[in-house]
Amino acid sequence: MIASGFDITVCVLLCLCALAAVTGRDTFRAIVFFIVYGLLISVAWLRIDAIDVALAEAAIGAGLTGVLLLGAFGQMGSADTMAREPRGAVLIALVAGAGIGAAVLFAVQGLPPEGAGLTAEVLAQLEASGVGNPVTAVLLNFRGYDTLLESIVLLVALIGVWSVASETGWGERPGIVHHARAGGTLQSFGRFLPAIGLVIGAYIVWAGSSGPGGAFQGGTVLAAVAILTILAGLVDAPRVTTRWLRWALVMGPGVFLGVALLGLFGGAFLVFPQAVAYPAIVAIEIVLTASIALTLVLLVLGPPREAPQ
Amino acid sequence: MGGDPIIASWLVYGCCGAVLVGLGLFGFMRPTTTLRRVLAFNIVGSGIFLLFGATGYRVPSTGADPVPQALIITGIVVALAATALAVALMLALARVSAGRDEDA
Repeated sequence: MIASGFDITVCVLLCLCALAAVTGRDTFRAIVFFIVYGLLISVAWLRIDAIDVALAEAAIGAGLTGVLLLGAFGQMGSADTMAREPRGAVLIALVAGAGIGAAVLFAVQGLPPEGAGLTAEVLAQLEASGVGNPVTAVLLNFRGYDTLLESIVLLVALIGVWSVASETGWGERPGIVHHARAGGTLQSFGRFLPAIGLVIGAYIVWAGSSGPGGAFQGGTVLAAVAILTILAGLVDAPRVTTRWLRWALVMGPGVFLGVALLGLFGGAFLVFPQAVAYPAIVAIEIVLTASIALTLVLLVLGPPREAPQ
Repeated sequence: MGGDPIIASWLVYGCCGAVLVGLGLFGFMRPTTTLRRVLAFNIVGSGIFLLFGATGYRVPSTGADPVPQALIITGIVVALAATALAVALMLALARVSAGRDEDA
């Protein structure tokens, strides 16, 4: 009874925040509602027992996406104009949104309530995966190619972001230059929070082999730490042509691909023999964390641009 | 939380996900600015994730299905990458249009 009440309250709040983010007049307020929405949705993930997703959603959905959208709003200002829309566009959007929403709702409530999915299969093979956290086992062993391709997708997205740099901006530092008041709130947080964030991020990566956590969840926390110090003006983002930066970015997917190829000796591409599965996964996780964190930081900062004179 | 739920929580969150998909789609299609469309696209995405994750929790005694969880984590990171690319393109478009206005 109480459990349902809590779940329903969270869902109603989620829908209200989404409604405010979608229909509100003021864009800034809409983004703030979206950040609140991201935090609420991590509560929803906790309620359906998906702690790994909750960690990723809190760090990315609410944190990094929020920073990205707020930064874009700050740079666009009033330059973001509305395209001329035909009459009745609102009505069409309303009908399409309501129609698709209702159709999906109908499909969800018609699902058989006892569908157990693949939980039993994963748990039966967990021993062979080398790690104790079933989500990490799926991410880095059972469906390793998803994660391998994803880390490459991140890299491609970063190349895409960099490729829209202006001609004069190439080779410079990514993102706009930030000036925070010395000793102000942002700078104080920028000095104080990284210490905590680094410990939490490293712990989440390490814990991922046995409990909730892993490379993506930990990597986003580490990325958030780096972004905070850059926003506070304490550290400059590296120039995009820096050699170590390039290496660090490709190291994660590179090591993953290398270990995957070594699997050919053990049987097939991406196969980890049980004896070496644990060290292989931990090694991949550590390098992948560094690359993911760095790629996320650079994605959020945006294309390199000329420093103001 | 005490007591038996009246409605299974997977169904509550699954339905919530469906509503979010509808809301996000409306926000994406209605006449609005590019930035707001990018925001709405993220709401559609997280609605789909919530729905997908909720269907993996239909039998709470075995815990949440790890396969959807892993796919969703992958999806969340890819959604951020797509958002970053969209924002970069949007800002580049604004820069180019501003330059064109000055030339005119």
